[in-house]
Amino acid sequence: MKIKLKIWRQKNAKAKGKFVNYTLDDVSPEMSFLEMLDALNSKLILQDDEPVAFEHDCREGICGCCGLYINGRPHGPGEKTTTCELHMRSFKDGQTIVIEPWRAKAFPVIKDLIADRNAFDKIIIAGGFVSVNAGSAPEANSILIKKKNADEAFDSAACIGCGACVAACKNASAMLFISAKISQLTLLNQGKVEAMERVQAMVAKMDELGFGNCTNTYACEAECPKGIKVTNIARMNREFIAAKVS
Amino acid sequence: MAKLDSKIPGGPLSKKWSTYKSSMKLVNPANKKKLDIILVGTGLAGSAAASSLGELGYNVKVFCFQDTPRRAHSVAAQGGINAAKNYKNDGDSVYRLFFDMIKGGDFRAREANVYRAAEVSNATIDHLTASGVPFAREYGGTLDNRSFGGVQVSRTFYAKGQTGQQCLLGAYSSLKRQISKGTVKMFSRREMLEIVIINGKARGIITRNLVTGEIERHSGHAVILATGGYGTIYYLSTLAVNSNASAAWIAYKNGAFFGNPSFVQIHPSSIPVLNDYQAKLTLMSESLRNDGRVWVPKKKGDKRPANDIPEEERDYYLERKYPAYGNLVPRDVGSRAAKERCDAGYGVGDTGLAVNLDFKDAIAKQGKKAIEDKYGNLFEMYEKITGINSYEEPMRIYPAGHYTMGGLWVDYNLMTTITGLFAIGEANFSDHGANRLGASSLMQCSGDGYFIIPNTITNYLADKIRTPRIATDTPEFDEAEKTTKEKIDKLLSINGSKTVTFFHKQLGKIMWDYCGMARNEKDLKKAMELVNELQIEFWKDVKVPGTADELNQELEKACRVADFFEIAKLMITDALNRKESCGAHFRKESQTETGEAMRIDKEYSYVSAWEYKGIDNPPHLHKEELKFENVEVKVRDYK
Ligand SMILES: Cc1cc2nc3c(=O)[nH]c(=O)nc-3n(C[C@H](O)[C@H](O)[C@H](O)COP(=O)(O)OP(=O)(O)OC[C@H]3O[C@@H](n4cnc5c(N)ncnc54)[C@H](O)[C@@H]3O)c2cc1C
Ligand code: FES
Repeated sequence: MKIKLKIWRQKNAKAKGKFVNYTLDDVSPEMSFLEMLDALNSKLILQDDEPVAFEHDCREGICGCCGLYINGRPHGPGEKTTTCELHMRSFKDGQTIVIEPWRAKAFPVIKDLIADRNAFDKIIIAGGFVSVNAGSAPEANSILIKKKNADEAFDSAACIGCGACVAACKNASAMLFISAKISQLTLLNQGKVEAMERVQAMVAKMDELGFGNCTNTYACEAECPKGIKVTNIARMNREFIAAKVS
Repeated sequence: MAKLDSKIPGGPLSKKWSTYKSSMKLVNPANKKKLDIILVGTGLAGSAAASSLGELGYNVKVFCFQDTPRRAHSVAAQGGINAAKNYKNDGDSVYRLFFDMIKGGDFRAREANVYRAAEVSNATIDHLTASGVPFAREYGGTLDNRSFGGVQVSRTFYAKGQTGQQCLLGAYSSLKRQISKGTVKMFSRREMLEIVIINGKARGIITRNLVTGEIERHSGHAVILATGGYGTIYYLSTLAVNSNASAAWIAYKNGAFFGNPSFVQIHPSSIPVLNDYQAKLTLMSESLRNDGRVWVPKKKGDKRPANDIPEEERDYYLERKYPAYGNLVPRDVGSRAAKERCDAGYGVGDTGLAVNLDFKDAIAKQGKKAIEDKYGNLFEMYEKITGINSYEEPMRIYPAGHYTMGGLWVDYNLMTTITGLFAIGEANFSDHGANRLGASSLMQCSGDGYFIIPNTITNYLADKIRTPRIATDTPEFDEAEKTTKEKIDKLLSINGSKTVTFFHKQLGKIMWDYCGMARNEKDLKKAMELVNELQIEFWKDVKVPGTADELNQELEKACRVADFFEIAKLMITDALNRKESCGAHFRKESQTETGEAMRIDKEYSYVSAWEYKGIDNPPHLHKEELKFENVEVKVRDYK
C-alpha cells in the first residue's frame, strides 16, 4: 500500500507546530498503525531527519500510552480500538492519513504527537482512591459484593486513562474518565464510605484543571476504546447532587 | 570480595518471618519522615512499596519513565494473582503454595523466601480487595478462583483477563493517596541512568528528565529498584516494548551481584510471529488453558483448516504426554512440547510455527456466554490482531519470551550485595527458581511491596536516623553524573548508518535462536561470538539522531540497547556455566530419554550470583548453595 501522511510536528511545548507531509510506499495491510510509524521513523532517521515522537508501551491496548488523533478521531477509525491495536488494513491504498496529538487545554503538547496528560493523575490524587493502609484490610470474603455490582465496577474500572474521551469532546470534558473511577468505587462496598467526599473533591479538581463541562454529546462514549459508558456520568451526577444536599 | 550471605533467619520455616518481624529493629514515626527513600519503578512492586512506605511515614521519592505510574508494564498482566486462601476447599495451604512454587521452579529457589512469599499472599488479596480492585465474584458475593499451570488447586484470583491492570490501578491509587498526603513525591518521565554509592552504601541516583534532557541528582538513605524484567532482550517478547534491563544492569556494574541471568521464561501461548516488521508479541493468557485444549494434526504438514480436521486426526499432545496436568502443565514444559511438535513438522499456519488452542469443547459444554465472561477481552484482542474469531475456530499460539526469573541477587531482606540497595518484584531473582508458575509474579510483586520491604527496609534504616539528608554536591555524585553524560555523548557522536532498532532486532534474534528455549554449548559459544561482533558494530555504526537536551526517544532506546548487549553476554556465560537442564533452562546435553529436562543436583544445586569485574574481565561466579530442609528434592514429574 502507498500511504500519504500529514503529521503534526512540534519541537517542544513552547514551539509553534505545523503539519508536515510524508509518503510511505511499501506499507503492508498487516502492519499495525504504530509499526507503520516505526517504518516512517526508520526512514527519517536514515535520511538525517528527526523521527516523529509518539507515545506507546504495551502495544496491546492496555497501558493507555498511545493516543493519536487520526483523521479527526481519537484512536482512528476502529471501534473500541486503541491506536496500537489499529491495523493498516483499516485504510485504503493511496489514502491520506492526518495524525495529530490530543488537543485540549488541560493536555498541552510536549512534542510532536505527545500531549501531557498529567492532569488525570491530579484528579486521582484529589480523591480517586480508597483510604486503606496496608495491613488494616479485613479478610477479603468478609465484604460480600453482588456479582452484578462487581461486574459493573469492573466495566468502569477498565478505563485505561488514555484521554480519548477528552480529545473527542468539543468541550474537552473529563467527565467520562472521572465518572468511571467514581462509579467503580461507589459500586463496591469498600469505596462507599468516602463516596461523598470523593465525588466533590474530584469534580472540584477537574474544574480547576481547565477541563470543560459535559453537554451530553456522548462523543466520549463513542470514541472510548474500552467501551466505558456514559451511564457512569449519570451515576456520578446523582452522587454529586446527593453529596451537595447532605 | 563480597561474600554471599543470604541472611535467612533461624528457626522452623513457618516461623522465620514472624520471628524476623518480632525481633527486627524499628524506627519511630517521628523519625521516619527524616529518612528519604528512593524508589525506582512503579509497577505493582514499586507502587505497592511506595504506598506502604508512605503510609509508614517515610519520605519517598518515586521514579518511572512513563508519563504516569499507572502505565507500568504490570498493567498488562492478564490471567491472575495467586493466594493460599483455600476458598475452594480443595486442599490448598501456605505450605502447598510454597511447595508448588519450589517444585515449579525445579528446586532452584531459596526455601525461606518462597515460603514467605506464600505466607503474605493472603494479606495481599485482602488489601487489594479493600483498595477497590474488582476481582471476579461468585453469585453469593464471595471471590471466585481459577486454576493456573503446574498446580492442582484453584487459587488464582482474577479480574477477567485484566488482572494486572486492576491490581496495578489499586496500588497506583494508594500511591496517589500518599502523594495527596505529601509522603510520596512522584517523578515521572525520568530514567535512572546511574546509582550513586558513597562509602559503600547506595545513596542516590542520577536520572535523565526525558522531556528536557536534564541530568538530575537525587539522594536518599536507601534505594529500591522495582524496575521489572528484561525479557525484551529478545526484541520480540510479550513485554511492553520499553521494558528494559538497564537499571538492574547499572546496579550490577556498581557491585550488585546478578542472580541466574540465563533463567528466562518462554511462555507457551503468545500470538505467533506474523511478519518481520512486528514490534511486539501479544500474550494469550495461560488462564485460557483452563478451558482451551492444545493440539496439532496427527499428520505431518497437514494444512487443512483446523475445523476440517476430524477429532481422531488431532493430537492433543499435552493431554497425551502429561495426563495428570494435561493442558495445565507448567510453562517451560508446555513451551518445549510446542517447539518439539513444530520442529518435528506438525506445526500449523503458514510458518508451521504455531499450535492450535481450541475452545470448541468448552463452548459446547458451558456455552459461549460463559467463555465470553471469563476471557472476552482476550478473544477480542486476538481477533483485532489476527482477524480470526476464536469462538469459531481455534487460536494459533506459539511460545514467546515472557518473564525473567533471573535478576539482582538479594538476601532475605531483599537487599542486594550493595548495602542499602534493595530490589523487589521481577527485578530481583528471588522466588521463582528456574521457572515461574503462572499468577505468582503479581503475588510476589505485591507481597514484596506491601508487606516485605516495609519491614526489611525499616530494619535497615533503624540505625540511620542520625544520618542527615544526603548531600548531592559530592564527588561521588559528580563522578556518576560524568559517567552518564559520557555514555550519552558517545552514543550521539557515532552518527553511523543503522538505527538502534536494527541492532536490537539482530540481537534479539541471536538470543532467541541460541539462548532461548533450548541451548547447547556449541550454540552458546556461537552466540557469544555473534553478540560480540554485533556489539562492536553497534558502537561503530549506530545512528542516534537529535541532541541530549530534548525529548529524544531514539537516545532512550540507544542507552537501553547498549546495556542489552552486555547483559546478553552475561546470560550466555551463565547458560554455558550451567551444564544441567532445570526448569526453563534447557541444555540439550542434559535431557532424559523422553526429552524432559534433567537436573544435576550434585553439581548445580545453587544460585549463580555473578560479580562484575570490569568491562575487560570475565565476571566472577559466586554460588549460593541451596538447602532443602522442608521439601524432598525429586524429579519434577507432571505426567
Ligand atoms: C503479557 C504479560 C502478562 C502477564 N500476566 C501475568 C499474570 O497474569 N499473573 C502474574 O502473576 N504475572 C503475570 N505477568 C508477569 C508480571 O506482569 C510481571 O512480572 C510484573 O508485573 C512485574 O512487575 P514489576 O513491578 O516488577 O515491574 P514492571 O511492572 O515491569 O514495572 C517496572 C517499572 O520500572 C520503571 N523503570 C524501569 N527501568 C527504569 C529506569 N531505568 N528508570 C526509571 N524507571 C524505570 C518503569 O517505568 C516501570 O514503572 C505477565 C507478564 C506479561 C508480559
Ligand atoms: S501502547 Fe499501550 S494502549 Fe496502546
